[in-house]
Amino acid sequence: MMAALAHTAYPRAAQAEAASPAPERVMTTRPAANAAPAIEILSAEKVFADGTRGLAPVDLTVREGEFLSLIGPSGCGKSTLLSLVANLNEPSDGRLLWWRGGFDGVGAEGRRMSVVFQDATLMPWLRIASNVRLPLDLAGVRRAESAPRVQAALEGVGLGEKGRSYPRQLSGGMRMRAAIARGLVTEPNLLLMDEPFGALDEFTRNKLDADLVDLWWRRSLTVLFVTHSIYEAVFLSTRIVVMAARPGRIFAELTIDEPHPRGDAFRRSPCFAEYCQRLSALLTEASLASDPATTEAGA
Amino acid sequence: MKRPLIRDPWVQAALPPLLVGIVVLSLWEAACRGFAIPEYLFPAPSVIAASLVQNGPDLLRALWSTMRVTLIAFALSTVLGTLVAFLFVQSRFIERGFFPYAVMLQVTPVVAVAPLIIILVRDTQVALVICATIIAIFPMISNTTVGLRSVDPGLANLMRVYRASRMQTLLRLRIPSALGYFFAGLRISSGLALIGAVVAEFVAGTGGRSAGLAYEILQAGFQLDIPRMFAALSLITAAGILLFLAMSGLSRLALGSWGDPERV
Ligand SMILES: Nc1ncnc2c1ncn2[C@@H]1O[C@H](COP(=O)(O)OP(=O)(O)O)[C@@H](O)[C@H]1O
Ligand SMILES: [Mg+2]
Repeated sequence: MMAALAHTAYPRAAQAEAASPAPERVMTTRPAANAAPAIEILSAEKVFADGTRGLAPVDLTVREGEFLSLIGPSGCGKSTLLSLVANLNEPSDGRLLWWRGGFDGVGAEGRRMSVVFQDATLMPWLRIASNVRLPLDLAGVRRAESAPRVQAALEGVGLGEKGRSYPRQLSGGMRMRAAIARGLVTEPNLLLMDEPFGALDEFTRNKLDADLVDLWWRRSLTVLFVTHSIYEAVFLSTRIVVMAARPGRIFAELTIDEPHPRGDAFRRSPCFAEYCQRLSALLTEASLASDPATTEAGA
Repeated sequence: MKRPLIRDPWVQAALPPLLVGIVVLSLWEAACRGFAIPEYLFPAPSVIAASLVQNGPDLLRALWSTMRVTLIAFALSTVLGTLVAFLFVQSRFIERGFFPYAVMLQVTPVVAVAPLIIILVRDTQVALVICATIIAIFPMISNTTVGLRSVDPGLANLMRVYRASRMQTLLRLRIPSALGYFFAGLRISSGLALIGAVVAEFVAGTGGRSAGLAYEILQAGFQLDIPRMFAALSLITAAGILLFLAMSGLSRLALGSWGDPERV
């Protein structure tokens, strides 16, 4: 059965492909394989100050319009990889390209990036609306311009009425929505999310997943998403990268070749279950390969 | 407000201590009368109150003198302590270099240093302020420093993702994060300023340089006017309570909207 799996060990090949114009977004099942790269991770390696090998050299390209999920046993370097992409951390070796350029170009029109962390990370002393407005305030956008955008972002996540509340007055799910609204208010092209719904109950998580995938579809976003939920990864992603630990590395990848927009029907379909089984098997393999005793043999 | 007075939160908060106070004072009064304890040994509350009224002008003048020293020292501690804290968080080197000396200030008892300062500094009032500031400044420094460093790492990352400048991070993240600690520092520091002022007054008073309520207590002691001693003491206590309440109120006003971090 394993032989039939449509996965390949991730090729550590050079990322040399001809520059291609970004294709128009149509109702395809997934972004064209030749879509322009948004993020290129080129042999990026991370060794921490204490000698921990957070990431062995990793090569990965995130193409425009992709919904790419990272999944793997805990400690496999998912957050580390995301922090490199967010430029919160520097690779010890190798490099990254953002829209084929350095990080200085990020933030320009068409190259905006937002990050949503596992916790909502809202400022407890600011009302929800002010929290959502923060990125605009920091960028020096005037109130007259930012106010309607904040309201629109809040309405987009179903918090139109909650702008004047304080974070502690909201439930965990609402706070996470507010964090997403803050991530979206800058109208990003690339959204980085590190287990954003990990702390929520399954029902809330499914609801937010459905909203997110809808948003990704409507806004032609590129999303790099970290999760430890198999179901979430299959439901959301166009492509899933499975990572293994010690050292953190890419172990396999799986393309979810299903049409969008996806809904509950997809969740209940037999092919959904099949994808989940495949991914689960891959994860088991990745975990075994992550065992310190078998790392040398497995890798 | 239609709810009965007894349900009012203020009444509910103030009633129990008020009752306890009344009971204790009544017992005290009854015991003094019942056992006919002479007032030069242990005066009854009524005798103390009478003394308070009789010596009112003198005591109030002394209270004002003590409070002035306390308030100036408190203000100095707040301003200087906050400035030092901002310096400390600018660089680890500065903090490592100066922190031991801040601790030294803290651990040296004021009573021990006060005589030296009072000899060195001509102006008694200035000397008193210096003594009180030395003892009151430490909680401001340490609390504000801890507060400015207590930034949620997630929020710090957020500021970096959105490329906030140093100034923006300071104003929008560091200072708001520090406010809770800052106000806790204010509460401690205001009490210490009063203690410092009174201790320094004692030392100055022993040296014959008159000042404040402590001097009143010393004088009353020499004259064996025990009710007057108690009256002065009660004023010091009242001043301390007032300061504490004022600081608590201020912190509730400032942090009220999002409350104490612990209360969330
Ligand atoms: N700042 C750090 N210093 C040392 N080791 C770290 C640091 N951050 C992460 N690590 C280690 O790197 C590995 C990968 O961590 P992380 O990226 O957080 O994993 P994941 O998000 O996949 O659970 C873990 O073994 C972790 O202990
Ligand atoms: Mg993680």
